Amino acid sequence: MLNLVAKDSFRHGIHPPEMKDDTNHLAIRRFPFAPQLIVPLSQHLGKPAVPLVRAGQEVTRGQTIAEPDGFMSVAMHAPASGVVKKIELSPGIAGNMVESVFIEPYPASSQEVDDGVSCELESATPDEIITAIQRAGIVGLGGAAFPTHVKLKAPQGKSLDTLIINGVECEPYLTTDHRVMLEQTADIFSGIRYLLKATGAREVIVAVEANKPDAARKLRNSCPEDLPLSVRVCPVKYPQGAEKMVIRSLLDREIPSGGLPADVGAICVNVATTAEIGRLLPLGRGIQERVITIGGPGIERKGNYRIPIGTTVRFALQECGASDAVSRVFLGGPMMGPSVSNLDIPITKGTSGITAFTDAQMAEATGHKTIYPCIHCARCVEACPLFLNPSQLGILAKKEEYERMRDEFHLMDCFECGACSYVCPSHIPLVQYFRLSKKMIRKMSAAQ
Amino acid sequence: MSRPQKYLEIGSSPHISSGASVEVIMRNVFIALLPVCVFSIYAFGLAAALVLATATLTCVVTEHALCRMANKATTIGDWSVAITGLLYGLTLPPDLPLWMVAVGGIFAVAVGKFMFGGLGCNAFNPALVGRAFLQAAFPQAMTHWYLPFADNRFADLPGSILAFPFAQPVYDAVTAATPLARMKFEAVQAGNPELLWGLTSGSAGETCFALICAGGIYLIARNMMNWRIPVSIMLTVALISWVFMQVDPTVYPRPAFMLFAGGLALGAVFMATDMVASPITNAGCWIYGILIGSLVVVIRLWGGMPEGVMYAILLANGVSPHIDNLVRPRVFGTGKGAG
Repeated sequence: MLNLVAKDSFRHGIHPPEMKDDTNHLAIRRFPFAPQLIVPLSQHLGKPAVPLVRAGQEVTRGQTIAEPDGFMSVAMHAPASGVVKKIELSPGIAGNMVESVFIEPYPASSQEVDDGVSCELESATPDEIITAIQRAGIVGLGGAAFPTHVKLKAPQGKSLDTLIINGVECEPYLTTDHRVMLEQTADIFSGIRYLLKATGAREVIVAVEANKPDAARKLRNSCPEDLPLSVRVCPVKYPQGAEKMVIRSLLDREIPSGGLPADVGAICVNVATTAEIGRLLPLGRGIQERVITIGGPGIERKGNYRIPIGTTVRFALQECGASDAVSRVFLGGPMMGPSVSNLDIPITKGTSGITAFTDAQMAEATGHKTIYPCIHCARCVEACPLFLNPSQLGILAKKEEYERMRDEFHLMDCFECGACSYVCPSHIPLVQYFRLSKKMIRKMSAAQ
Repeated sequence: MSRPQKYLEIGSSPHISSGASVEVIMRNVFIALLPVCVFSIYAFGLAAALVLATATLTCVVTEHALCRMANKATTIGDWSVAITGLLYGLTLPPDLPLWMVAVGGIFAVAVGKFMFGGLGCNAFNPALVGRAFLQAAFPQAMTHWYLPFADNRFADLPGSILAFPFAQPVYDAVTAATPLARMKFEAVQAGNPELLWGLTSGSAGETCFALICAGGIYLIARNMMNWRIPVSIMLTVALISWVFMQVDPTVYPRPAFMLFAGGLALGAVFMATDMVASPITNAGCWIYGILIGSLVVVIRLWGGMPEGVMYAILLANGVSPHIDNLVRPRVFGTGKGAG
């Protein structure tokens, strides 16, 4: 009975304010080059790339500056023509130090992009396409930064029947996928052809939330007739953009706990990632820039920008006229985006946006912050898209009963969407508890 | 951003919240209770007003004092203890001596709530713990019922209410048995209209079924109460008593009487739904409600007392953590839903 109610959507979830009207009508604009670009060698899940350049070397825009180290790794490309100043450790968003290539762009350069060897759709084999995607440095641009080519290889004995192009974009404030769907429609269809050939999937579904009707219309109207594609409009609900949720919404299939989309015959690729595949592969280029939304109440010139990888948050905020009083900045949206503790960290492939607030604006958005004990109101239980019991998990986390959290209450399934913390009337930072608990569990298993 | 940033604030995501808070929930419970209180004072006059005020004040003062003694910041600001006090007052006979009201209030907060660790930790509904204490300590006073709508109710106080502490209260006011007691001991069932609109005698806040349900609907509409609890309790009571009425209508009362009379409405809507002491999952709430409903019928029909809502709820409070343990919701991607 409940399955009937939840048509075209998943169960539970929340409805945070969408906050997309400030930027969803603004066309993507190009961002200027910063005086210095910092390109971390690890912008993806997996092994860091191996640098191919040395300090003092000249690079052209689009040139491969680091090659993948094994299958679970991708290449890096120079975001600008200029000179490599140094290769050094530089702070990342998590506070860790990451080896990074510092590039100083030539101010007078035409910044023409260096084309590589084209990967022709007609002649390439599936494996060649997968390799080309890895060489192009393509990772999930939705935020997870998982190497895309790894997804495309179905595990032994599994077949992929459905390709899902994820244009849900459920995070408040972010409008990059929305703009990409409107402005890069042809690239998306081209990317879909590559993905279909690489995976052998027979059906494509583009998932769009109901707050982007223009994007759905554009995709439907301009879809080539030979593509086995349907556009599905899902009701707006957070966190529909999560892989597990979007597959549940569209196909009514649940990825098994601890499993992969391939376990239910599906593969899910972000719409901006698809557009980049369609744009870059024919030219033989790699990712040296990406589209991000710079927004939030602390930003004066909000917008969607095509920004060079390696631009620092400080430069981005300066260019967009961030207010002096900005004190809270996060990469991505307010639900899952990590706080920036250092404005000199670079924008990487996984950064989907910069959202900035001043103190007063943050206080308005969060309300007051007194933390009360859990009153068992069950709102978190009603919100959790994975049907976990955040209340119980929170109580166990305080007691440091990590094994019980993992074994009895499926902590490791939690993907930290933040729905539980968002609804909690006691303002318990549940997601933070769960992050720490997962860290402790990983530490314990590593020690054993 | 021309000047360098002085400082950055770091917080863990999510950075925004729904704006829900414990105070807002408690304030809404208070609003839902307001009509019930006003009616209580209208029906029982000055006596009910004094009982309610004493109950609420004692509870708030007790919590404040205990926090002070424990060297903690006071927790009366979250409104929860005020709600406890008000609910506690509503379960008492309106002419109960005030010193007894105060003693029960202190017990409710100190033993029912604070001893377990305060807000969020109480295993039992504190208001009912206080009432149960009084029921055990002063059984006579707790089964003495003041006549509703007495002519002089706003001018005179029943003599019992100002009784000297630890002295035998003197009852001078006109009394009336509750509908449940009359059913039990005289086999007379009150009619539906007088039960619905609260024309009978009883505890200060239990008599008017309609207003209690209105408060419940308000809270359910604002998503501050799990509707499954009151609904399952009432359905269970109605169903079981209907079955017994089919067996022998001369012995067993009709379902409507069982629903409308006594503390069932107040208990099902405002007491059993105490979030802290009730199960967290929806399936658990159904089980919990069915358990309470069954116990209420059993105690009322075969127990020694005319009323059993309080003990039914307290018993179910005690097992609610076990219910939660027993019925864990299926986690996404496990069991039959996976694949």
